[in-house]
Amino acid sequence: MESYPQDSNSLARENSQLKARIAELEAQLAQRHSEESKKTTTEQEPLPFVPVPRLSNHDIARYSRHLLLPEIGVQGQLKLRNAAVLVVGAGGLGSPCILYLAAMGIGKLGVVDHDVVEISNLQRQIIHTEARGLSQVTKADSARQTVAAINSQCAIRAYTCLLDSDNALNILADYDVVVDATDNVPTRYLINDACVLLNKPLVSASAIRLEGQLTVYHYHNSPCYRCLFPTPPPPETVTNCSEGGVLGVVPGVLGTLQALETIKVITGQKALEPPTLLLFSAFGSPLFRSVKLRTKKDSCAVCGTNPTITQLQDYPQFCGSQPVDTPLSVNVLPVDQRITCQAYQALCTQGSSPHLLLDVRDKVQYDICRLPNAVNIPWQHLRRDLDQLTRLTATEQPIYVVCRLGNDSQLAVQWLHDQGFTQAKDIIGGLRQWATDVDSDFPVY
Amino acid sequence: MASLALTLEFGGGMELLFGNVKTHKVTLPAHLANDRPTNIKALIGWIRDNLLQGKPELFISDGTVRPGILVLINDTDWELEGELDYELKDRDTIVFISTLHGG
Repeated sequence: MESYPQDSNSLARENSQLKARIAELEAQLAQRHSEESKKTTTEQEPLPFVPVPRLSNHDIARYSRHLLLPEIGVQGQLKLRNAAVLVVGAGGLGSPCILYLAAMGIGKLGVVDHDVVEISNLQRQIIHTEARGLSQVTKADSARQTVAAINSQCAIRAYTCLLDSDNALNILADYDVVVDATDNVPTRYLINDACVLLNKPLVSASAIRLEGQLTVYHYHNSPCYRCLFPTPPPPETVTNCSEGGVLGVVPGVLGTLQALETIKVITGQKALEPPTLLLFSAFGSPLFRSVKLRTKKDSCAVCGTNPTITQLQDYPQFCGSQPVDTPLSVNVLPVDQRITCQAYQALCTQGSSPHLLLDVRDKVQYDICRLPNAVNIPWQHLRRDLDQLTRLTATEQPIYVVCRLGNDSQLAVQWLHDQGFTQAKDIIGGLRQWATDVDSDFPVY
Repeated sequence: MASLALTLEFGGGMELLFGNVKTHKVTLPAHLANDRPTNIKALIGWIRDNLLQGKPELFISDGTVRPGILVLINDTDWELEGELDYELKDRDTIVFISTLHGG
């Protein structure tokens, strides 16, 4: 290897030239990825879907294990072949559901999802791949690519839009059964109402942490979602997977059951069952529990005898929340009770400001990562037992409060001021912002 | 005085309001002070006063459970059993489950 006698100036120059070259190459790569993802999105002309009067020899060979089951048989498989199913959401529930529906020979599949694949999805959203996570492919298109590889006969269409009141009726109209595999309250009410207005059965499931729930709505005498839940839950009582966590296999179990219920609806078996809610608890005993539900409610606002809802509504307004799977963002403090991550770091480097750094996240989150010198008292515990804090500091001493995203820390600071801790301040944006603004090596979860 | 042995279960995240314990075995008087049989409405008030550790508004709203909580009486939707007016029987199992929305 050659060596060059170099002074520090020329080294610095070379360093900055190389950095510029790297940035240039990275920009080109990003451009290429984005073009490729656009290309695959627009190239998605679906196979034409034409119902057939009988199974082909290819179908007989491929689905022979179904044909041997008296409950399915040739007639059942033909019904699957001629059925169109729409799956809304290609996430934890949608992944196994779409995979099974495609593999089992559903003739036409639609997948609606506007999100892009992210690395943190892959522990449960098994229809996607690392490569698509890195190149920002939309989930609907990623699902389409996987299905095309599993069953080239399936006419699959990817809808890379957000389902809303303007497009829902048009999209749903083309399908026989709708699967709700979404992750938020407004979209659940939207899909329910659209299914009732178009008279389509709705196979609905949800999953979070270690639990799941499954119901078939608006099918024969079954209630609709509004029959059971006429009023949406207060937004602050709703937990989502990015906040509460979810064990990968839990939506896997529920999504697989959605595929099962879908084929029972298509083949007619489901009509024989009374309406039930299936509860799944991954670490519970028993794992499953089936609960008898009421039938359709005469006074229901959408499926009752005198409906007041005859067209789609403004669902984000009705539910008081947006159709996204992200925590609510709060903003409750005056400016002088807040400090930016950079300012807090500067204060620590100066070393002349004794203070308490209070981390109010749950212990499981504190175990993932923490700032040095942070003392952990989870927000839930702090509220119940202030002594934990008074043992550590006095009311007139400065306290800096941090959490994951900067929401709970604000609530905690507001509450601390009410308790007389007049020097409590919130670190704006929490550890997520810390990783962006101060320490790029800090873990993000 | 006659009493009722009940099993109360909390699920779908509701357990977080009850010290993260899902199943509670409790005993209530079969009749209230006004001599009326103990019903679900009375039980909800009793739970608020005796078991609840989290914020009341996450459990109760307008004298009943808040929207988004399903009540099951012996594995049946409470709407089939008379809702708040259902008169509790010895050894009943009452489940309070929060609907889930994740996916």
